[in-house]
Amino acid sequence: MDYSPILISMRTASASIFFTFFLGVFAARLVAGMERERLKMIFDGILTLPLVLPPTVAGFFLLYLFGVKRPLGLFFLQFFGVKIAFSWAATVLASAVISFPLMYRSARGAFEQVDQTLVQAARTLGMPEGKIFWRIVMPLALPGVASGGILAFARGLGEFGATAMIAGNVAGKTRTLPLAIYSAVAAGDMAGAYDYVIVILLISFLVVAGMNWFTAKERKYTRREGRK
Amino acid sequence: MSLDIAVARKWKGFGLNVSFSSQNEILGILGASGSGKSMTLKCIAGIETPEKGRIAVGQRVLFDAAAKICIKPQERRVGYLFQQYALFPHMTVEENIGCALGNLAKGQRRKKTDWLLGRFQLENLGHRYPSQLSGGQQQRVALARILAYEPEVLLLDEPFSALDLHLREQLQMELLDFLDDYSGDVILVTHSQDEAYRFCRKLVILEEGQCIAQGDTRSLFQDPGLLSVAKLTGCKNFSLARQTGPCTIFAEDWGIELRVEREIPPDIDYIGIRAHDFLPASEDKTPNCFPITVRSIMEGPFDWNVLFHSHGGEKESGDIWWNVGKEKYGGQAPSYLQVLPENILLLHSINR
Repeated sequence: MDYSPILISMRTASASIFFTFFLGVFAARLVAGMERERLKMIFDGILTLPLVLPPTVAGFFLLYLFGVKRPLGLFFLQFFGVKIAFSWAATVLASAVISFPLMYRSARGAFEQVDQTLVQAARTLGMPEGKIFWRIVMPLALPGVASGGILAFARGLGEFGATAMIAGNVAGKTRTLPLAIYSAVAAGDMAGAYDYVIVILLISFLVVAGMNWFTAKERKYTRREGRK
Repeated sequence: MSLDIAVARKWKGFGLNVSFSSQNEILGILGASGSGKSMTLKCIAGIETPEKGRIAVGQRVLFDAAAKICIKPQERRVGYLFQQYALFPHMTVEENIGCALGNLAKGQRRKKTDWLLGRFQLENLGHRYPSQLSGGQQQRVALARILAYEPEVLLLDEPFSALDLHLREQLQMELLDFLDDYSGDVILVTHSQDEAYRFCRKLVILEEGQCIAQGDTRSLFQDPGLLSVAKLTGCKNFSLARQTGPCTIFAEDWGIELRVEREIPPDIDYIGIRAHDFLPASEDKTPNCFPITVRSIMEGPFDWNVLFHSHGGEKESGDIWWNVGKEKYGGQAPSYLQVLPENILLLHSINR
């Protein structure tokens, strides 16, 4: 069995969740704090789009932007000497774009669940906005944010359509697990496909179990013990 | 320190237009729910921004629409005690208090936290989480946390509404003691006439976002002047009224003519009588005595609530409430009730 798709997939999913997590939290905080409803709706729509578009369409747009002769692709090539399309970076780009809405939406929901009077109270106590976010909003929203991160990781791991469009299917370079399964089946190698399928199943199960553990975990401050 | 407020803002279907000032005292804002009480406090604290007006504490301007000044809530030095106290649930009591001491060095912080814990009798609770505390303890933590920030103004938003009834009176005492020591301005928002009377020398009365009356608490209770103010101060019985002489007035809804103590000012169109201001009488001799039919009696532990009709006129009146202590009245319905001329409230139905 060729282990390279497993390694490539894990590296891709890990790198993409890094970007997705911080960008998702940042976008969620931005949108959750918007006061004008219409602006909020427009931003939310744009940020959620990759979730509802077919991945091949998202991949098409990425190719359109990051192709070697397209504006962003040209920019990266000329200023950083990096060719994105059909390289490993493209698998990360595709995973990150496709999994971003899951992270963003979970985080936004979690932030909006936090009682606003706590934020208001913190302000009247003189706490700076940054501190309010990291010490009050984030800890209280953590279960939702974490489960969003896990979901986004799983989605990034399973990304196929957009990856195939912009990163291609280069063995040992951009061939992730889903692409490897597809290639094996296309070549009539069912036994090879089985191995990869089992690996994906295992990882997916672990992810779901991890998410459940995170959301169900009892937080120490809600325990009522030693109450007089 | 003095506090001057004049703010206005419009929302969909609701407008706020409030102005008052206070001089180093406990000022009460009394109003029904939805009258804009909390919104007024939020404007002072900087949580909401009014469209027009000015808010100043002493010489310090917190908000001035004309001069485009709007100080951040973080810098207003206005303490806000929220209805449910808004303690941070994932932090211990000490950490909660520490949040308001962000600008102090570590050693000073420790010292001040310990002092506050002692001041509010929370010494042994420093490591507890808010969910492990009783309602009264939570309120003390919230007060300690606010005082840690040394506010110049203290806003109390229905401070007792989250408490069980039996705790409420004890905590009212504790809060009164605490407020005696506090040197800044205090604004207490409440919908309870008892709390307003107990805590505040001066009252502002709000209705649908408008200030309808303000002044000395005692005189507002004695002579509310307006029908809606009388209702908010706890008066239960009202009747449309028509003046019949310089000192006599006819209560249309009750079908009785009553004598009042002072000369009736023009445009009085309602009268009010508080539920505890009726006296039982045996016969129709004294002034302001009228025959009644008892409709129902509700017994409390120490008092009676009697619902009756008067039938002085040709038609029977609507329900009238009478509240009487058990030491004054045994529960046998009298056939006459009397009301003293000085206990009749002369009211306007609209603010002119």
